[in-house]
Amino acid sequence: MGLEKPLLIDDEGRRIDGRGPAELRPLHIEVDVLANADGSAYVEQGNTKVLAAVYGPREVHPRHLGLPDRAVLRCRYHMAPFSVKQRKSPAPSRREIELSKVIREALEPALFLQQYPRTAIDVFIEVLQADGGTRCASITAASLALADAGIPMRDLVAACAAGKVDGVLVLDLTDVEDKYGEADVPLAMMPNLDEITLLQMDGMLTPEELKECIMLAVEGCKQIYAAQKEALRERFVRIRKEIEEAEGAEGGAEA
Amino acid sequence: MTLFFNRRDLVVPGDLLAEGDYKLGENVHRVGDKIYATRVGLFELKDDKVSVIALNSFYVPKPGDVVIGDVVDVGVGSWAVDIRAPRLAILRATDALGRPFRPDKDELTRFLTVGDTIIAKVKAYDRTRSPVLTLSEPGLGKVTSGRIVRITPSKVPRLIGRKGSMIGMLKRETGCKITIGMNGLVLVRCRRPEDEELLVEAIEKIERESHVEGLTDRVAMMIRRRKGLGS
Repeated sequence: MGLEKPLLIDDEGRRIDGRGPAELRPLHIEVDVLANADGSAYVEQGNTKVLAAVYGPREVHPRHLGLPDRAVLRCRYHMAPFSVKQRKSPAPSRREIELSKVIREALEPALFLQQYPRTAIDVFIEVLQADGGTRCASITAASLALADAGIPMRDLVAACAAGKVDGVLVLDLTDVEDKYGEADVPLAMMPNLDEITLLQMDGMLTPEELKECIMLAVEGCKQIYAAQKEALRERFVRIRKEIEEAEGAEGGAEA
Repeated sequence: MTLFFNRRDLVVPGDLLAEGDYKLGENVHRVGDKIYATRVGLFELKDDKVSVIALNSFYVPKPGDVVIGDVVDVGVGSWAVDIRAPRLAILRATDALGRPFRPDKDELTRFLTVGDTIIAKVKAYDRTRSPVLTLSEPGLGKVTSGRIVRITPSKVPRLIGRKGSMIGMLKRETGCKITIGMNGLVLVRCRRPEDEELLVEAIEKIERESHVEGLTDRVAMMIRRRKGLGS
């Protein structure tokens, strides 16, 4: 195991994967990827790959978990055994249980849970490949899956981390940067409503640096938000385009 | 009063639709004087009411709706029916038999059992309790033949069309019987398998392309073309 700390920022200010400090990793989003779920989404952020599926609102089982005044949102964040270099036991770990809770609390403010009492909305998140920022990618994917399931939402939730690596404040940390860097600040927000729904910090930052990290992460979230909207629209826009093209071809043939 | 979208524009949750003194329709919510979309759908403005026609949704029961569902459990004096709503629906034996239920004589599984599909009407529903169904009206009861097609409940109005134009056209062109459940399940009964196949394809086309203008014409053209090729 290479325990020696790698050089995270080179002489020209480039990061280990060639990015600038305030640059996101390449983002790829797909919506409605699973036929059997009510809603689903797939997010790739660099080498981090996450799949989310949503079911519900549906009957709560076991019954006693149902609440009389609102729906329960249940989240399961899970890492596939093959998602990391060293095989991960498929049993839910302490970390996964905690992240499930944190993700649930990041999504809850976006939903109108009081409209569906005594029901459950289930969110299943599977990390297929982990390279840092999985909780943020999970929130990004889960909020899209919720929208795809037709569950009313105040806003989409976009999430992104910022942090400090080799003394430089950077956006969207990879696994290596997170491990050997000084701090990691994951943040989730509802950009149109300008509300933060998740803010954590791991490491050491001065209050000024934290503020700057938050600003950086907010900017990152806004970029992700734009990609989320685009992904939700994509399928409908594509169908419209197909029809227009077919009609165009027909008009040409008849003329 | 400002609008940020045009009629039939595609919007997603969180999109700011309008600002000012508008009335709220479906799938929108207000924060201060700003109105936001809550679902993926098409922006709609009627008079001064702002709403979104959802493209993805789930079924919320409404009293008086005709729905199609599967019997999933037989209880004491009632059945549990899955109508694709957030909760299972209850069908009481009295509402199915049309007379008082006599536990000593009536065997519920003789009328309906797990796995049966029924056409029923929602008798009562408020969101704190399970929906209650009834069969005591003509046209309701057990489904004995046909095929079920599933669509998103919010697209049922598109399948029916303005004053039933779409559904009327489908019935005319294919000669099939169609029963639409408001919960998005559609029962089709055809004499010839070719008609059934064509009809199912047409319904799926409606579900897929409902957000693009000129839907009725496109579907009619598709049916005519397919029939032309078949004969």
